[in-house]
Amino acid sequence: MSDLNQQMAERYKNNFLKEIEEQAEMGEWVKMCMQCGLCSGSCPTHFHSGWDHPPQEIFMLIRAGKREEVLNSNGMYMCTSCYNCYVRCPRKVPVTHVMHGIAEYAYKMGRAAKAQPTMHLSKVFWTNATKYGRVNEVQLTQSLYFKDGLAAGIKKGLEMKDVALGLVKAKRLNPLEALGIGHKCKDLDGIHRMLAKAYELEAQRKGRDTSKA
Amino acid sequence: MAEMKTAAYICKGCEIGNRVDVASLVKVATKEGKMALVREHDFLCSAEGVALINHDIDHEGVTHIAIGACSRRAKTEAFNFPSVAMTRGNLREGVIWIRPDTEEARETTQEMAEDYVRMMCAEVKAMKVPEGNQKTGTIKTVLVVGGGLSGMTSALEASKAGYKVVLVEKTGALGGWAAKLHMRVPTREPYTTPEDNGVADLVARIEADANIKVYLNARIAKTSGAPGRFKAEIAVESGVTATEDVGAIIQATGFSLYDANKLPHLGYGKSPNVVDQAGLEALAREAAAAGLPIRRPSDGKEVKSVVFVQCAGQRDNTGEHLSYCSGYCCNASIKQATYFKDSNPDIDTVVLFTDLRTPGNGEDFYRAAQNRGVIFSKGVVSEVLANGNTCTVKFKDLILNEDTAAEADLVVLATGAVPNSGPELDALNEAVRLAEGGDEVARTQVIQMMDKSVLNLQYRQGPDIPHFMHGFNDSHFICFPYETRRTGIYTTGPVRRPMDIAQAIEDATGAAMKAIQAVENAGLGKAAHPRAGDLSYPMVRLEGCTQCKRCTVECPFGAIDEDEKRFPLFNESRCRRCGTCMGACPVRVISFENYSVNTVGAQIKAVDVPDEFSEKPRILVLACENDAYPALDMAGLNRNAYDPFVRVIPVRCLGSVNTIWITDALNGGYDGVMLMGCKSGEDYQCHFVKGSELGRYRMSKVYDTLKSMNLETERLLDVEVAITDIATLPARINTYAEQVKAMGPSPFKGL
Repeated sequence: MSDLNQQMAERYKNNFLKEIEEQAEMGEWVKMCMQCGLCSGSCPTHFHSGWDHPPQEIFMLIRAGKREEVLNSNGMYMCTSCYNCYVRCPRKVPVTHVMHGIAEYAYKMGRAAKAQPTMHLSKVFWTNATKYGRVNEVQLTQSLYFKDGLAAGIKKGLEMKDVALGLVKAKRLNPLEALGIGHKCKDLDGIHRMLAKAYELEAQRKGRDTSKA
Repeated sequence: MAEMKTAAYICKGCEIGNRVDVASLVKVATKEGKMALVREHDFLCSAEGVALINHDIDHEGVTHIAIGACSRRAKTEAFNFPSVAMTRGNLREGVIWIRPDTEEARETTQEMAEDYVRMMCAEVKAMKVPEGNQKTGTIKTVLVVGGGLSGMTSALEASKAGYKVVLVEKTGALGGWAAKLHMRVPTREPYTTPEDNGVADLVARIEADANIKVYLNARIAKTSGAPGRFKAEIAVESGVTATEDVGAIIQATGFSLYDANKLPHLGYGKSPNVVDQAGLEALAREAAAAGLPIRRPSDGKEVKSVVFVQCAGQRDNTGEHLSYCSGYCCNASIKQATYFKDSNPDIDTVVLFTDLRTPGNGEDFYRAAQNRGVIFSKGVVSEVLANGNTCTVKFKDLILNEDTAAEADLVVLATGAVPNSGPELDALNEAVRLAEGGDEVARTQVIQMMDKSVLNLQYRQGPDIPHFMHGFNDSHFICFPYETRRTGIYTTGPVRRPMDIAQAIEDATGAAMKAIQAVENAGLGKAAHPRAGDLSYPMVRLEGCTQCKRCTVECPFGAIDEDEKRFPLFNESRCRRCGTCMGACPVRVISFENYSVNTVGAQIKAVDVPDEFSEKPRILVLACENDAYPALDMAGLNRNAYDPFVRVIPVRCLGSVNTIWITDALNGGYDGVMLMGCKSGEDYQCHFVKGSELGRYRMSKVYDTLKSMNLETERLLDVEVAITDIATLPARINTYAEQVKAMGPSPFKGL
């Protein structure tokens, strides 16, 4: 259990709804759900293969104060960001964003399963994008290909070899990006400072003790 | 009235002139119809055509006119001649529009048109000019029973329209339920915050209104009379009885809460901290008066958590509690939750619902409550346990599908509304019958039930408005709210159907309009809804009456009492002119000036019935003028063709169909008879409530007659028709026509 998790659990005690409202991005929308189930009904995943809780159940669990069940749920990561629920919600709840917000919060609390692919992609993407100020496609692809080990990564790489060479020929892909050389943005340092400031503001807004996080 | 002079007019407009041979129609009207004056016109509903008819009435002494043109439902403003008896032959919707414009169809179309001309000529000669109900009353005062929000609104609206009002309230103050509310659900943008209940303002307006006379602590001891001349005896607490003459009555007696004592499993009676919605309003008013937060009754500690249980004893499918939704409780609980949240946002407020229904602008209010942090959980409460100063609410969470529980300082049960609608008449009449036979238990029951009576009507059918579903006084008049089965008496507000304040105010305004319409029509001797403005009324030849009482029993509106000699005593002002009495009368002594056994019988006889070798059967259609006849007209409008051998006669209601018409038709050589009436039974659509049901019951007896005549019972067909059956009705006619043709010609032809 992370320090932050302990900190939050203590601070909000039994009021998990308030915790989500204050700590998770878009969490303030959870109370507006009216349990019609249109979000779940609209979801193109149809909750196959192991969705434990569809969105309106997640919302209900939060209101019922079931902290562990929500933070350990895999529901939030199943979202494909198609935005069907967002568009259709009669209460105009930004369901997609709320799900992302809760997923991010669960991750922060150290609860997301390590091999969860959606979470892995998000994490890799974020690290990659913030490191260079823009996405380094070669490194992003590499980290996804080698997620399940060296052999699996090489196999996947060979499978996609022709596509990659085609992209290189068409000058759509710069192999040197693998070494961190290639397109960069101006004032990378400025971007990093901006992000640092944003983290600081977020922590301030959410009342988190950053020294422990 | 001067001697009868008849005239027939045949219109050639709307293609009638091209489709049928008008010259021979004129000949039919003159030779067979024996009309004194027959005219054809190119465009009869034009100013010129109408002037021609008016000229004949004024200068030729014409008293009876038959117009062969469009349906009697069309051009009613042009063909409006109140000083003469008039009928209309339906040559447009009934003939040319439902027949194909082909050479082969021409002959049968012409025969159809000629028959309709014969029929209209025969009918008009059997008619008299309606002179209007002479035994009318012209009192315009409106009596409002019940001084709650609905009653006060009705009173003010009637007064605003210039009518005097007598307002009777059984308690010592006006206001009813609304006065007990701490606040009411918001009525204005942005629909987020509860408002003042508004009662004080209404009471002040009533007190300042010179048109409104208020009786407090008063009950209606006796109501007699009819629209335009009701007499209401008002018993005031002091023992004095005042008599008021009124023209119409609005019953706004509201509702009582469903008794929460019937819900012990929800903790009511077991803990003082379980209250119903009225109990919470009382706590809130008390707290507001003392300037304190709401406290729990058990120990007076401030409430920190509250659970609202929706549908407590409502929407119950076990048959033990109310089966219906009371419509207002969701909004009321939302409002009550905001009492807590607005005083202290840290109070836990949970609303347990199965389906949250927020009529009006309640959806905005619902959102506002969610924004305040009220928790809404979809769940069914199984039990409320009292443990000292708190309660445990056990419920099944329907979203998470698990049994769970919530702790609360206070539990509010939304128990719903039971109408104050007076005794159930069938039960009362049965008890009266038993009591008259000497049954002591029944005697006590009668006294108890009569104690609940609201109007104490001196009517043969009982002292109050009949109940409809779930004990509400609604009449289930399709599309006609407020109407009851007692003419000139309108129910409004939650006694009519479950509703909230906003709906009740609108409803009460509508009821005031209906009451005004009723007194005005009654004053002119005209009928009320649905034949509003009809000047004819039932007349009875008492010397022929056998005192069989069918008319008094069957009248759906309780218009007919019995006099001391046990003869029917017609209260014409209470009559809706459906003719059910006329259809019921076995000796046929009841008639209307413009609608009688003869007016229809003459039409049936006027139709030319070809012999059995012609292969031209005749099928009589008796079509209800409220649904079936308009449906046939609209079928014409859509050019949905049907068999040319049917002859349609509109009837006021299936209930007015006298069996003699059927036997006459079959004896006269018709091959089949089709009856078209509205849906009957529990969810009836009959404009006269019971008309179609009674008519159908009577027709079931005709089948025996058919058998004794050695006729196939299929020669009589009863079909249920709704006004929307525009496409299917012609198909049903055609199917039946095929069936009749297959049966072969009637053996009575040519006899």
